[in-house]
Amino acid sequence: MESKKETTWKREEGVVSHLTKLEEEMKYILVTDVGSTTTKARLFKKTNDGWRYILSGEAPTTVEAPFENVIMGVRNAIREIEDLTGLEILSKDGMIIKPYSKGHGIDFYCTTSSAGGGLQMMVAGVIKTMTVESANRAALGAGSIVMDAIAIDDGRPDYQKIERVRTLRPDMILLAGGTDGGASTLVMQIAEIIAASDPKARLGVDYKLPLVYAGNKRIHPAINKLMGGKFALTIVDNLRPTLEIEDTEPARRAIHELFMEHVMSHAPGYPSLMKWTDLDIMPTPAGEGMAVQLIASVEKKNVIGVGLGGATTNVYSVFDGRFVRSVSANLGMSYSICNVMKEATIDNILRWLPFKMEKSALIDSLRNKMIRPTTIPQTLKSLMVEHAVAREAIRLGFRHHKTIATRLKGIKMAERMGGDIFEQTMKETYIDMTKISIIAGTGGLLSHAPLRVQSLMILTDAFQPEGITKLYQDSVFMMPHLGVLSTAFPEAAWNIFEKDCLVRLGTVIAPSGTAKLGDPVINIKLEMPDEKILEKEVNFNELIRIPLEEDKKAKAVLEPKSNFDIGGGLGKKIESIIYGGVVGIVIDARGRPLIIPKEDEERRRTLLNWYNSVDFYPNDKLKVL
Amino acid sequence: MTETKIETSVKEAHAYTPGLKVKKRVKTLKTRLLPIPGEVFVKTGDTVDYETIIARASVPGTPTIIKACQLLNVNAEDLPAFMLKKVGEKVEKGEIIAKYSPFWGLINRTVTCPVTGVIESISDDTGQVIVREPPIPVDKKAYIPGKITEVIPQLGVVIETDGAYIQGIFGLGGEKHGKLSLVVNSPDDILTEKEILQEHKGKIIVGGSMVSLNALKKALELGVNGIIVGGINGITINEFLGYEIGVAITGQEDINLTIIITEGFGKMAMSRSDFDILKEFDGYDAAINGTTQIRAGVIRPEIIIPHKKFSLESGKYIFEGGMRVGTLVRIIREPYFGKIGIVSNLPVQLYTVESGSSVRVVEVNVEGENIIVPRANVEIIEE
Repeated sequence: MESKKETTWKREEGVVSHLTKLEEEMKYILVTDVGSTTTKARLFKKTNDGWRYILSGEAPTTVEAPFENVIMGVRNAIREIEDLTGLEILSKDGMIIKPYSKGHGIDFYCTTSSAGGGLQMMVAGVIKTMTVESANRAALGAGSIVMDAIAIDDGRPDYQKIERVRTLRPDMILLAGGTDGGASTLVMQIAEIIAASDPKARLGVDYKLPLVYAGNKRIHPAINKLMGGKFALTIVDNLRPTLEIEDTEPARRAIHELFMEHVMSHAPGYPSLMKWTDLDIMPTPAGEGMAVQLIASVEKKNVIGVGLGGATTNVYSVFDGRFVRSVSANLGMSYSICNVMKEATIDNILRWLPFKMEKSALIDSLRNKMIRPTTIPQTLKSLMVEHAVAREAIRLGFRHHKTIATRLKGIKMAERMGGDIFEQTMKETYIDMTKISIIAGTGGLLSHAPLRVQSLMILTDAFQPEGITKLYQDSVFMMPHLGVLSTAFPEAAWNIFEKDCLVRLGTVIAPSGTAKLGDPVINIKLEMPDEKILEKEVNFNELIRIPLEEDKKAKAVLEPKSNFDIGGGLGKKIESIIYGGVVGIVIDARGRPLIIPKEDEERRRTLLNWYNSVDFYPNDKLKVL
Repeated sequence: MTETKIETSVKEAHAYTPGLKVKKRVKTLKTRLLPIPGEVFVKTGDTVDYETIIARASVPGTPTIIKACQLLNVNAEDLPAFMLKKVGEKVEKGEIIAKYSPFWGLINRTVTCPVTGVIESISDDTGQVIVREPPIPVDKKAYIPGKITEVIPQLGVVIETDGAYIQGIFGLGGEKHGKLSLVVNSPDDILTEKEILQEHKGKIIVGGSMVSLNALKKALELGVNGIIVGGINGITINEFLGYEIGVAITGQEDINLTIIITEGFGKMAMSRSDFDILKEFDGYDAAINGTTQIRAGVIRPEIIIPHKKFSLESGKYIFEGGMRVGTLVRIIREPYFGKIGIVSNLPVQLYTVESGSSVRVVEVNVEGENIIVPRANVEIIEE
């Protein structure tokens, strides 16, 4: 990334019209991200080298009693910055001092937010085994947790359904039912139940509960009349237009967008936070997505990015110029950690641990994180457990992303239990891992990994890149911060992004294919910057780390065996420039798809070999686990 | 990426995770609302008990859908012509509501109403008849004994009670009440099926560090109303419920037993402060609710023990003053999970812990030994 002219970040018109000081005279900018678990404050300062990152302050997000106001967490994070810098930012009554003057205050404050956490929905429809099932699939496909499914024929009296809606406090409701032009009375009946329940959003009184209607189109006016005033209503195409056809896509996309815009960023104290900020509060994934798009635009490559959060896992792709964002609101490292366990299975988490651990102990450990989401790992074992969950959360998040990054393929007839036959529109993802040149990671766990190689290996194990892929990392988790800042000060944001935020981890060379243990996979010839030639035949299941500094590159000749592909086709030799990074080059000859031995002893031995060969964790500590 | 040197200044730091509320005697307010508007039976100043019905609503009865056109073998649009009953008419279970007799009565097809109710709709779109059963009265009980401080017209009331209040960390099951029955000697003891007896029917059993699956099953079988215990195995919950919980949103489980966990998952001695209060009030009536929602807008399970034995405390959390040297804290993550100590130092500088992470820490004196833990891994205990 050499030229600032190439950035895509542009100032939004009128966005800084109320500055208290001229931009040229500004000295300090403070940006926060109010995450579901942690509030991260970042202080930026104007230096002779332009705007630069100075330091961070972090504190648990305060959504629980006695605070129930995210402002408290923001203050705590800012106080950390005050402690570490001596710069007084908060006044005695806890307000931000603006503008900066004689060692006090800052000139500009903005924030992103994902404090609202994951997405927990209710779905409702007429017939349990038909529209409600389809609605359920749409909600799950949008990355939601379905708290309950209400149907006319679910056997519960109406008052119980109403109480259920009230006590569960869903973040959103998907209402479906009836084929187009078909049953309308019963759809209106279930709509009336939802309307009568008058659900109170868990995130404050100033906020209307989003409701997506994806049922019989004939009653759109009636639904509008009944629900329009009470809910933030979005009407989309019927997810069951005829008995035979199921089309969950419009509902799924509406849920996804509504979640990001209306649920995720809200939390107790949101109105107060809005008064503090000089820019509109931006949802965290919007900020992250802007950073991923910037990387793709500057490097002119296909990029995948991931923001691994406490309640959600956000995956971004820019593939052949097309940007797609998915927010899996059911996968995360704290609030949603047990849902990762549930979706991925405990065995798939356990498979990444190189030490013996009883399943029950692992389950208890994850459940304790779920109920005390703001705690952090103190021991190495505990860190390794979180790294194991991280791989599974990203793997599942990427799987979800691929269901959104799709092109139409055709239609198939599917038969479900009960003999109900319907047509499904077949879609397949266009994301081809051999054509992805860059993978970038952000989020608390990745940015705060004690060793950069840990982030590189988590991303590699989760995404399983094929061919030659550069891996990037957000240094201290400030991509969302820079995303929101760029809407007001694009040049400042760009300078910080390039110099302080983006860490080039290195390059992963991963031939795709499989072979027997010990079989040769690829011949590698590297001409290093000091002109030394490094030649090696790499065998199946080997993982090798070769140091190559961040600003250095090596010329490579890569000659895969006939059953392996490094990007040019099976057995095809390619020549390429390989870029270094803080980790260096990693040659991953473990094959694709990556297979981990099932037998416990062999699995642990294999993992230890892999981990030792790249210094994943300090080797001396691994020995005594 | 370039490193930036920072200057540091040492000021008194603050922290972080609030502890769960544990009060020996405090005023608690509960808002009790009907699902839909109805009639409120009590007035401000009235005294209520656990089972007092404070309000009642009449909710529409269950709709029964009858596929009439299929039963008659006629087209949907022709159904109204064969109906014997009109919309709004009362019908009895077993009554014939539609009849079709083609071929001069040689064939007779009828629709018999399966329930008693009122004809709500006859659809010429779908050919279905909906019969609505009589309205169902829904009662709202007080849940806690106390005094009505406010009436919310047609919807419910606010009740004030006076007594001990303990928040759990996680729970299952909804509102229950019963006499507390302490069946262990110490907070470390495991609650097994042996401690659960016939006499515990309708009571709330207080255990120590863990409850076994067999104990839960026996409690359910004997009609125990609730169990309060320090820890529980995650697997035990899966086996007891028959499914796995993905996120901590509970309270609606289909079980007739409320479970409140005070510390966490695994074997965990109940905190001394919780145990002492529950021991003090052994034999007292208590109201419990296992409902938990751990997400923005957190709801924790609760134990309310009405009494007037001790002097009234402030309802405020002492955390509002922040964590200082001398504050009593509990460590809430391994390797020192559950240990209690006194804050001896709050260093400003980052410290590298065993995992390799550099974090802000707190030094805690636990039984004479100073241990270092991340600040995020402690919670304040109210003394």
